[in-house]
Amino acid sequence: MNKITNNKAWFLVLPVFFIVAISAIIPLMTVVNYSVQDIFDPQTRFFVGTEWFEQVLGDSRLHDALIRQIIYTLSVLFIEIPLGIAVALTLPRKGWGVSASMVLLALPLLIPWNVVGTIWQIFGRADIGLGGYVINLLGIDYNYSQNPMDAWVTVLVMDVWHWTSLIVLLCYAGLRSIPDAYYQAAKIDGASRWAVFRFIQLPKMQSVLVIGVLLRFMDSFMIYTEPFVLTGGGPGNATTFLSQFLTRMAVGQFDLGPAAAFSLVYFLIILLVCWVFYTVVMNAGKREEQ
Amino acid sequence: MSWMAWTPITAVFFSCIILMLIGMGIWQAVSPTVPRRGFLPLTTTRGDRLFISLLGAAYIHLGWLAFTDIALWVGSVIALAWLIIVMRWG
Repeated sequence: MNKITNNKAWFLVLPVFFIVAISAIIPLMTVVNYSVQDIFDPQTRFFVGTEWFEQVLGDSRLHDALIRQIIYTLSVLFIEIPLGIAVALTLPRKGWGVSASMVLLALPLLIPWNVVGTIWQIFGRADIGLGGYVINLLGIDYNYSQNPMDAWVTVLVMDVWHWTSLIVLLCYAGLRSIPDAYYQAAKIDGASRWAVFRFIQLPKMQSVLVIGVLLRFMDSFMIYTEPFVLTGGGPGNATTFLSQFLTRMAVGQFDLGPAAAFSLVYFLIILLVCWVFYTVVMNAGKREEQ
Repeated sequence: MSWMAWTPITAVFFSCIILMLIGMGIWQAVSPTVPRRGFLPLTTTRGDRLFISLLGAAYIHLGWLAFTDIALWVGSVIALAWLIIVMRWG
């Protein structure tokens, strides 16, 4: 069969190209330009080479923020992914319960980030918040604004509350795509509940899980608003993650050069991880086709 | 364009990237890439290998700045060698 080629279709890509150029490529170029200069104002700037990169890469505060960020992101993934799968497995498959659970699960996803931060800020307070008050009533000395561990737990629980639904919904969609014949065959073979999960449900959820992990990784690695509203990065720097560190550097101290260099390092980390995930997803897709 | 705070070095850097992309586009039109498997643990096209080599080059430079005091051009030579190796045998 002769393949018809029509290169005019490329013109349809032009609007997207312009949008990406204006919203991503040109700002990125500007950040690169800023990262090699000491800029006081648009007319007064000095070329400094790789000085900002050296400063940023050797900054112990940034190392600490990076370690905190990695621990936070891994904690989020280790809690939300298994929990999301577990909840998805318990959801009803037919009847009115399906719609009711979908609506309930979608609710946290509809709330804006800063509102989530405010809800948990009030909820966790020992004087006026229900959560903080009850925990203190139980005899646990809980105060997220003074105790770093309490702040960490609160930020983590907030993220789990906000985003586990996403994993649940993705997994549920994956589970719904499994034909009944698979379950019937497993029943005839006398497969255990674990075997059904391991050899039928988990493989079928693989692609959606990779997407879920990728989304949660990127979101949690770039998290800013919720911890900013909830703890302001404190107590001390206990919950200061990379985005907040960057914002403090760029907007608070107006150190545009180091902030630009740091942005590029940050960008490269995210680019690498996204590429690895993208490659895994594409290869998994190809394996499934085969 | 002055708001973008261009410097001659960054202008040359981006010109090289753009020329590389144009060159790859022309190369693709003249002789379309065939996905193959080299020493990298995945099947790659020419564009994939360029991306991997550029990303690797960026990390080589960052690692160089973070862990050594040796002149940066030595790191750049290593990055260039990495680019050639990945493009040819990757």
